[in-house]
Amino acid sequence: MRLDAKIPEGKLEEKWRNYQIKSKLINPANKKKLNVIVVGSGLSGAGAAATLAELGYDVQCFCYQDSARRAHSVAAQGGINAAKNYQHDGDSVWRMFHDTLKGGDFRSREANTYRLAELSAPLIDHFTQQGVPFAREYGGVLVNRSFGGVQVQRTFYARGQTGQQLLLAAYSQLYKMIRAKKVTMLPRTEMLDLVVVDGKAKGIIARDLVSGEIKRYAADAVVLATGGYSRVFRLSTLAIGCNGSAIWKAHKKGALFAAPSFTQIHPTALPQSSEAQSKLTLMSESLRNDGRIWVPTAKGDSRKAEDIPEEERDYYLERRYPSFGNLAPRDIASRAAKERIDAGHGVGRLKNAVYLDFKHSIERLGLETIKDRYGNLFKMYRKITGVDAYKEPMQISPAAHFSMGGLWVDYELMTTIPGLYAIGECNFSDHGANRLGANSLLQASVDGYFILPNTINNYLASEIKQASVSADHPAFAEAEKDVKEHIARILSIEGSKTVDHFHRELGKVMWQECAMSRSKVGLEKAIHQLNEIKEDFWQTVKVTGHDQELNTELEKALRLADFIELGLLMCTDALQREESCGAHFREEYQTEDGEAVRVDDNYAYVSAWEYTDSGFQLHKEKLEFEFVKPTVRSYK
Amino acid sequence: MKATFRIWRQDTPNGQGGFKDYEVDGLNADMSFLEALDHLNEILVLRNEKVVAFEYDCREGICGQCGVYINGRAHGPHENITTCQLHMRSFEDGATIVIEPWRADAFPIIKDLIVDRSAFDRIIEQGGYISAKTGTAPEANAIPIGKEISDRAMDAAACIGCGACVATCKNASAALFTSAKINHLNSLPQGQPEAHKRVLEMTAQMEKEGFGHCTFTGACEVECPEGISIVNIAEMNARYLKAKLFS
Ligand SMILES: Cc1cc2nc3c(=O)[nH]c(=O)nc-3n(C[C@H](O)[C@H](O)[C@H](O)COP(=O)(O)OP(=O)(O)OC[C@H]3O[C@@H](n4cnc5c(N)ncnc54)[C@H](O)[C@@H]3O)c2cc1C
Ligand code: FES
Repeated sequence: MRLDAKIPEGKLEEKWRNYQIKSKLINPANKKKLNVIVVGSGLSGAGAAATLAELGYDVQCFCYQDSARRAHSVAAQGGINAAKNYQHDGDSVWRMFHDTLKGGDFRSREANTYRLAELSAPLIDHFTQQGVPFAREYGGVLVNRSFGGVQVQRTFYARGQTGQQLLLAAYSQLYKMIRAKKVTMLPRTEMLDLVVVDGKAKGIIARDLVSGEIKRYAADAVVLATGGYSRVFRLSTLAIGCNGSAIWKAHKKGALFAAPSFTQIHPTALPQSSEAQSKLTLMSESLRNDGRIWVPTAKGDSRKAEDIPEEERDYYLERRYPSFGNLAPRDIASRAAKERIDAGHGVGRLKNAVYLDFKHSIERLGLETIKDRYGNLFKMYRKITGVDAYKEPMQISPAAHFSMGGLWVDYELMTTIPGLYAIGECNFSDHGANRLGANSLLQASVDGYFILPNTINNYLASEIKQASVSADHPAFAEAEKDVKEHIARILSIEGSKTVDHFHRELGKVMWQECAMSRSKVGLEKAIHQLNEIKEDFWQTVKVTGHDQELNTELEKALRLADFIELGLLMCTDALQREESCGAHFREEYQTEDGEAVRVDDNYAYVSAWEYTDSGFQLHKEKLEFEFVKPTVRSYK
Repeated sequence: MKATFRIWRQDTPNGQGGFKDYEVDGLNADMSFLEALDHLNEILVLRNEKVVAFEYDCREGICGQCGVYINGRAHGPHENITTCQLHMRSFEDGATIVIEPWRADAFPIIKDLIVDRSAFDRIIEQGGYISAKTGTAPEANAIPIGKEISDRAMDAAACIGCGACVATCKNASAALFTSAKINHLNSLPQGQPEAHKRVLEMTAQMEKEGFGHCTFTGACEVECPEGISIVNIAEMNARYLKAKLFS
């Protein structure tokens, strides 16, 4: 299969404009006749649904929560990047593009990454117009702060609730279009399969989570905006319902899956405290602006933090990466923490954490300033741990956080199935092997608001000439039958183990072998173990209740069945890539002092996997670097 | 750690509900309250019983999806937190913990502890937005907004839509929720053109949904996870009067 990314002609800064000039248009009267399904109501999905509706399309938007406002975009705390150069510190679209490309360790496309940076400034204008209360100076202008992996201040934020505020803006715009009767919102409705007719995406099969009914939905194009799949690790910073099912089902129907193993492990989450734990709470990376990370120099030092004198503290990020210090990119900061913890310097009850200390910045800036910047994060920390972090350092630990991988999409955000688009975190597009902090709200938003509404017309312009496919088409009947059989099969097992049991098992294997540090031996073992888990699941899982009712166990079981298979693909992908790049760190490929060794000659490609009866088949999209020469990523 | 969970079980929206006791062992103080319910559900599955239906998503106090009545209080014994932020260390070993769904006419029960809060979405639908199309925005710094105004808008905007304010109010009023959204948008320059229309239409919808009237008991702000102040309600009422006069 030849993967055509459809990168437009011209200089980097002209590509998006050139694309728009050539893209086919649809007149308003015709747009009304076209129906688009958007699965997901996060920043990408709600943004796309609202904007497509404004343009005149009829939209059906789905989410599994009780309201569109709860999509996990809501949880982002830190901020959103934009090359506004408001701080006059030398920022520009080019610099942001370069930071992002380098941050991703040269495993993303130049054209996509450039477009992300290019559309960032108008996005801040957009959200400001929508009433997002971004932080401001006394004089009334917008404030910025820094995030990891960059040396300028380009992050915009709304207290510690940036994601919430952006999502609420998107959600309210969505409801504006619901009121205008251009969007039909279907909350508590979960997509369980994609329907493909004559090779094109024409609809979905979804389950009404309240009645349990399996329903068919037809459309002229389908957009997946279903977010990240890091719940494959079970313990992660994601919401409990986050899943990989929609993209996994699309993958099984023919959409290639790109770089599935590229997963970001965030350095500053709260450490796990028990086996029963269901989630790891993130402490925003913005804290690293003013917090300093350290561990005791002596192994197994069990003194309290305050009793350890300055000279016996190892500020290991500042030591190893003097120019970026505590703001080293996430993959590097996480690996460095793991290295210290594994070497016996971990702190906390389970010795699985490092300190994040504000003592010096409180002395330097005053308590009030720190409170103003991070007040609600400190409050949250206290709620969860009972500890006052103004008085003693926070304890933090790495946690699974973000999926750079996802469905392969071209420059138009279309997958390898015509008419099927993937936007936001569920695609693989701009972040390469590691995402920079505050670039993801950005990507989800520009995908949904600015890019998709300008590319989908290029496809739909030709679809308008054909009659719409109805939900009575045999392809719908067949997909519906498959879904019902799949559910019946799970319910009929009546085994002896809970869904959560299998999720814990899956999580342990994935965290051990496919997270911060990977090896051939480990990954091969993991694949073997996952196959065993899969077999055991299909023989011994137990789900009570039935399918024609609200059944949360059944929902979990369906998601987990897909996660196990996705885990297998992730390990297969990690095994295949014999190099270290970004978040993908293969133990066999490192320098003497533990830095990643990239192998551009063999691996400067995006791995894109096809699902076949005989296993996963690899395709490669070669990455061409026309404008920036890949360099060794150094933050020293 | 042990506990007895006395939980409201109701299979269908119109079905007969009732409390049922579950003695649960093997808990620990560091578990979150919802993890303790997960633990109970695993036990129920292995006993071949239906699990308790309850809601959650983010489990970090921001999505607003969780929320139950615990020992007679919305989101449990502490002020200003969500149910998912409650930990078992807040209960005595061996305690009996009574768990019920939100009770309000405008929030009908769907199953067990799950209620239908879509009335909130319909209130937002009546003007909880700024009618500007994607692609029409002026430069962000073109309209300066003072820090105090912006901070005040943010205070109101922080609402997570969990419904604790309604559940805890003896009148089941949605005034705190509605006022928070109105004040967020109406205090910003961007929200001015539709300010009057917004107050009138959103409050009209609030009544239509069957929420009660606010009698300023102040119960809501105590349970609000974001600590949204009832001053918002007074402010909304003032805006309402102004809108009535000038539109
Ligand atoms: C704790 C946390 C903090 C973060 N902080 C930041 C930050 O500060 N800055 C930043 O840039 N990024 C941050 N991120 C990343 C960023 O928030 C996400 O990548 C981004 O919001 C994803 O948006 P989305 O639209 O792709 O998906 P989501 O917002 O996750 O939305 C997914 C939607 O899909 C729906 N859905 C999923 N599966 C199905 C299905 N099968 N059927 C129907 N509907 C389905 C869901 O209901 C939901 O509506 C953070 C992430 C986390 C987890
Ligand atoms: S689960 Fe999201 S607020 Fe409690």
